[in-house]
Amino acid sequence: MSQDFVRHLPGSGHVYRRKSGLGEKVHLDFPLVILMFSISLYGLLILFSAVEQQTGPVLAQAIRLGIATVVMAVMAQISPIVYLRLAPWLFILGLLLLGLTYLFGFEVNGSKRWLRIPGVLNFQPSELMKLVVPMILAWYFHDRHLPPKTKHLVWASTMIAIPVLMIAAQPDLGTALVIGASGLLVLLLAGIPLRFVFGSLALALAAAPALWFLLRDYQQQRILTLLNPESDPLGAGWNIIQSKTAIGSGGLFGKGLFQGTQSHLDFLPESKTDFIIAVLAEELGLFGIVILLTLYVLLMGRGVIISLQAQDTFGRLLSGTITFTFFVYVFVNIGMVSGLLPVVGIPLPMVSYGGTSVVTLFAGFGMIMSIHTHRRLTL
Amino acid sequence: MVEPLALKDHTGESKIYFERAVWGFGILIFLTLILFAQLFYLQIVQHSIYATLSDKNRIQIQSLAPIRGLIYDINGELIADNIPSYNLTITIERVDDLDETLGKVEELVGLSDSQIKGFRKRLKQRRRPFESVPLRFKLSQEDIARVSVNQYAMPGVEIEAKLVRHYPNGELMAHAVGSVRRINEKDMRRLNRVAYSGTDHIGKIGIERFYESDLLGTVGYQRVETNARGKVMKILDSALPIPGKNLVLHVDSSLQQVASDALGHRRGAVVAIDPATGGIMVLVSKPGYDPNLFVTGIDHASYAGLRDSIDVPLFNRAIHGQYEPGSTIKPLLGLAGLVEGIINPEFTIEDPGWFSLPNDERLYRDWNWTKGGLGGHGIVNLERALYRSCNVYFYNLAVKLGIERIHEHLRLFGFGRNTALDLPRASKGLLPSRDWKKNTRGLPWFPGDTVNIGIGQGDMLVTPLQLATAATVIANRGKWVSPRMLKEGSELIEHTSVFLPEDIDLVPDHVWDLTISSMKKVVHRGNKGFGENGTAWAYIGQDIPYSMAGKSGTAQVVGIKQGEEYKEDELQERLRKHAWFIAFAPVENPRIAIAVLLENGGGGSQFAAPVARQVVDHHLLRGNQRLVVSE
Repeated sequence: MSQDFVRHLPGSGHVYRRKSGLGEKVHLDFPLVILMFSISLYGLLILFSAVEQQTGPVLAQAIRLGIATVVMAVMAQISPIVYLRLAPWLFILGLLLLGLTYLFGFEVNGSKRWLRIPGVLNFQPSELMKLVVPMILAWYFHDRHLPPKTKHLVWASTMIAIPVLMIAAQPDLGTALVIGASGLLVLLLAGIPLRFVFGSLALALAAAPALWFLLRDYQQQRILTLLNPESDPLGAGWNIIQSKTAIGSGGLFGKGLFQGTQSHLDFLPESKTDFIIAVLAEELGLFGIVILLTLYVLLMGRGVIISLQAQDTFGRLLSGTITFTFFVYVFVNIGMVSGLLPVVGIPLPMVSYGGTSVVTLFAGFGMIMSIHTHRRLTL
Repeated sequence: MVEPLALKDHTGESKIYFERAVWGFGILIFLTLILFAQLFYLQIVQHSIYATLSDKNRIQIQSLAPIRGLIYDINGELIADNIPSYNLTITIERVDDLDETLGKVEELVGLSDSQIKGFRKRLKQRRRPFESVPLRFKLSQEDIARVSVNQYAMPGVEIEAKLVRHYPNGELMAHAVGSVRRINEKDMRRLNRVAYSGTDHIGKIGIERFYESDLLGTVGYQRVETNARGKVMKILDSALPIPGKNLVLHVDSSLQQVASDALGHRRGAVVAIDPATGGIMVLVSKPGYDPNLFVTGIDHASYAGLRDSIDVPLFNRAIHGQYEPGSTIKPLLGLAGLVEGIINPEFTIEDPGWFSLPNDERLYRDWNWTKGGLGGHGIVNLERALYRSCNVYFYNLAVKLGIERIHEHLRLFGFGRNTALDLPRASKGLLPSRDWKKNTRGLPWFPGDTVNIGIGQGDMLVTPLQLATAATVIANRGKWVSPRMLKEGSELIEHTSVFLPEDIDLVPDHVWDLTISSMKKVVHRGNKGFGENGTAWAYIGQDIPYSMAGKSGTAQVVGIKQGEEYKEDELQERLRKHAWFIAFAPVENPRIAIAVLLENGGGGSQFAAPVARQVVDHHLLRGNQRLVVSE
């Protein structure tokens, strides 16, 4: 860990003037940038294979990454104080947009997730909420004594529950779960007493049978399929059987780049989006997977270090939550594709084909960089 | 946010955060290790399982059907070939809604209930994933066009071209060659699944059945890589199929045509054999059917029509039809009598027109018997008994020979058994004996039974093939050649389990001479006045340009009661006598032996002999060949 961290040890009491590096000047954190670019380029390579070596989709994704990078750089320039002040207004705006989506949303595959102003933009308000929910909670706890008192937890829980329920009603269970998880992560990082944590876990387990009946048929089916994919090998179990087959057949070093039979002969579903890690596993084997996991862990490690160096509660909670939420994506996606978790539509961050999630992710890291590079240099 | 004013404990809060974040990162590492463990389990521990699954996904083994061997007639004319047939098939894996697809297909090209029923039945049979199932066979060009245009709207619907058996001669060769049928589930249970994995048809009857293993060929295969929709991406390796062997038969299409035309619309059969080889040159059974109807599946109504027709067109009369031989066996009885020394050429009887056994009032009539006792042939020796076909002479002879010796001698000529090499299902007929009667009817052999055998009636049954074979053996003076369809190839020997009958070598030359010359007189003895001419002379012998030996036969279908006169026109058509004629020619150097049967055809000389003459004429006189009329 860096020297900075040592000086921030609790009880040291002082922050000394430090050298202002290039990173601070341009408000970027180079370790984060390098790791993000490494993962993104690795992702583009896998995507190139997943789309049968067509340059078109790869170029499109590269352009999205470029846009996301610009968004990240811009977000990094803005002082965290601005985010702190904007947080409640963004939260209210987000809820309004979710409400509008519910009323006027554009329906795709039976769910209303998109707000559409024809010719101007297509926009998923739930995507905005991925950042705004951690912001509003960090804002809320910023002025409170930590660990939070019970009544604060009630308020905080309400702030989580409203957007989560609205998104779940679209319905978009995957996003609702991720946003709910990010909210809970804020609570955990804010120092919520562990008895609450274990208490709610016990409660959730006890309520699981009741929740089961709240799930829709296809959601129940996904869980059943996870438990026994062979029960319906051509139907619901197909995806998971084929992705496990792709992963398992890759072995230690894989079948070779562009040589994956499961993906190129269309046995693997959604090979360029949610199931793209199966392409990596098939073609580059466990070796390729370990490279990706290492890059992810380094990225998140850097995020955690930054959060530890943050100078106030807002910065700490926001950067920490964004980092750990990123891990939730990684874990849920890989867990789903490798058959550990039920199938939920969550892309692999920075690797899966698609625009919105990349921009949101990069924007989140832009905020982390903002928090890191706008630290007060003197006491 | 109305909180009591209190200073935030920054140090304490950052300590809490530090603890939580470090714990959190620890959990993050732990969960990442769980992911790693799961991937390690899949990719290293269970790698071989999933590698196999992956290969099973993509690699399919496809059978390559061999081309069925062609069948030629003796002149090299193709009598069974293979032509492309276009079938509409459905790959069920690619169909979203089967009923909807069937509806669309019905709209386009029409589907009968039985076609849909058949399709659903085939759908239930075992097949590989993405293997197409035929729905409708033999599409017309118009159907193909209509389906092609609309194919984009019907995923899973395809038109497949397959080579299927085709019989260019249609009905003409049906009973000679047999035919193939679509393999059904029952066949599949007994067949070698590998050998037939690419093949839809199997020889079901006749030559197609007997030489099935030669005609089939050897199945080839290719290992292909397919994508998830079953589309072949590349061929990994393959072994080409080996076509089935081509067969050449003794059958002569043009001769077959002549025989068929000569029979016309009458029910009957013609079998002609080359005495030198035993090769069956003609095998006609009428009415016939178009074997092409059966190749891709005949519809139920048409099949019922053929099956239930009173004329039984599906029945092969030439080898399965069993009839009383009538007078055609008289030359063989005469031969037996001479060999056994019971008669000699000079031996005569006086024929009053009837015969009776001692102590028995029953009259056995001659064919020219009349009420009042004015019929009969008068003084008759063997030669005259043959060319006039005198019944009373042979009643006498039969009684003197006795059933044992008759049985023994007739058996030498192939009666009561199947002597054909490659027609294993040909009927054996019936050569009665004491034992046979006791075993089947529980009755003793009566002397009257022997009397009836004397003129080829009673219990004895023969097939046209058997009579043609007997004619061949006479033509060869006792030297046996087994009848056979196949002209060349060693396959014949491999397949046959029929023993070859022994040559008949105990018959002295003069006995053959007398028998054959008497048969020649049946045809050639003429201008001697009625009662002295050969029975067939008036019908075929007057202008015959070569020498022919023959014998007519007329077998009654119903017994005639004692004292009743036989009035043909009063009998219903199907109760009329069967007409027989057997012959071979030229007598000195026989090149064809023939048997003609006309079911309910009337008198043998009058009706069957002209058919035989036409066939023999065609065989001997075609081209520029002219034969010298011999004495």
